[in-house]
Amino acid sequence: MRSAAAADALLEVHGLEAWYGESHVLHGVDFAVAAGEVATLLGRNGAGKTTTLKSIMGILPERRGTITFAGRAIIDLPAYRIARLGIAYCPEDRGVFASLTVEENLMLPPVIAPGGMPVDQIYDLFPNLLEHRMSQGTKLSGGEQQMLAIARILRTGARLLLLDEPTEGLAPVIVQQIGAAIVRLKQAGFTILLVEQNFRFAATVADRHYVVEHGRIVDMIPNERLEAETNKLHEYLGV
Amino acid sequence: MLGWLHIAVPPAPALFGQLLIGLINGAFYAMLSLGLAVIFGLLNIINFAHGAQYMLGAFCAYLVLNYLGIGYWPSLLIAPIVVGAFGMLLERFFIRWIYRLDHLYGLLLTFGMALIIQGVFRQYYGSAGQPYSIPDLLAGGQDLGFMFLPNYRAWVIAASSVCCFGTWFVIERTRLGAYLRAATENPTLVQAFGINVPRMVTLTYGFGVALAALAGVLAAPIYQVSPLMGSNLIIVVFAVVVIGGMGSILGAIVGGFALGIIEGLTKVFYPEASSTAIFVIMVVVLLVKPAGLFGRTV
Repeated sequence: MRSAAAADALLEVHGLEAWYGESHVLHGVDFAVAAGEVATLLGRNGAGKTTTLKSIMGILPERRGTITFAGRAIIDLPAYRIARLGIAYCPEDRGVFASLTVEENLMLPPVIAPGGMPVDQIYDLFPNLLEHRMSQGTKLSGGEQQMLAIARILRTGARLLLLDEPTEGLAPVIVQQIGAAIVRLKQAGFTILLVEQNFRFAATVADRHYVVEHGRIVDMIPNERLEAETNKLHEYLGV
Repeated sequence: MLGWLHIAVPPAPALFGQLLIGLINGAFYAMLSLGLAVIFGLLNIINFAHGAQYMLGAFCAYLVLNYLGIGYWPSLLIAPIVVGAFGMLLERFFIRWIYRLDHLYGLLLTFGMALIIQGVFRQYYGSAGQPYSIPDLLAGGQDLGFMFLPNYRAWVIAASSVCCFGTWFVIERTRLGAYLRAATENPTLVQAFGINVPRMVTLTYGFGVALAALAGVLAAPIYQVSPLMGSNLIIVVFAVVVIGGMGSILGAIVGGFALGIIEGLTKVFYPEASSTAIFVIMVVVLLVKPAGLFGRTV
């Protein structure tokens, strides 16, 4: 599934395999994300979406294949070096630190390159965070914690954001807010790889969708074809 | 009746004298349990070699004095650096391999290290204490009217307080400390933010060990330098850590000083209980607050 995007791909994944201990989770994942676009990994629970993100980030010890970021092979690098090349990760559980205040959480990831979003712009994007800057990170509501988890990776100068189900379990009004933020981030030049189960949400923000099934990419649907291929997608996702 | 009163209201000099001894002991408890707390927080290792590393600090001061003629003040810097570097080697080549295993393995490994280190020093220096004199600058003392305060003891209390407060400040109020706290909670994610967590772990262990070594140098003129000086102290220090709350910075500091003072006071009012008072408190605290006084229940 090496699409047209491969030519100017910022991220290229080829033949990616990964394991959790004994269980073989990814069986050769192939896809590419072009600079400046928003791509999603859609699929059912357990299809391998989160594992793919973790493999790219380098926080899964057992993986094999090729991952190229901005022309560099990164699969053999430790996670902290991958991060320093310009990839930032927002985990599914949000990973907000309880022993840090909201502001400390926001300021935690070190700046790895110039050109990150200034803090006042981040607060502008997520005003709730400014209001609660001195509270304990985990005292925020679920939606605010999600905003914080996204907000803190915008400062660092990373170009590729890996977002793992940022809308999971959130109220529709918060989902809208997160969607609007993702659109603004795209306009600001970020490249985003989004893991989603909710394709209706994905359709509002993404340029292309990769369908993940049993540890492989089984289809690629450009966003403009999503309407026409809804039935096929329903089948994939089992909705 | 009169005899009972005599015990219950001790003369002021005895009271303050024991209070001072308690405060001195507390200063060492605080520094040592602080190092243990920092190490346990990030590494999840119960560092049983801590007492031996404290002893190494004292011996380092003793050795550089006797072989190189380097005195007390430079030793305050040299011993923590040398012993801290030694600690980092231990972390890098031994402790690192057992992070994924049960606590029990860390305990066994570091306990074994302590036995080896102490054994080597006992082989060469015997069990008797080697004298280490108080630096000239701190000889003598002040007559406070109600008691006599040796200068060196005042210095130990001040130095320990500064170290403890400084460590607390760095961990709770600075960016470096935020990395440390975050890595204590979720090292994988901190690594994914671009921070070299394995290096941070090595440095943190080195820092905890250096703190023990510094305590050892401070202790050398008071308790003498002996291979077993750490193993006598470390059991009480572990009780302090448990009372304060495993991994809690504030708990280690406050608990260290408070329990030193309580132990001192027990010596005045009921000397027979002085060696068990801390353990009784530990039992009570564990019954009432299993996570310790300052511990976070997760």
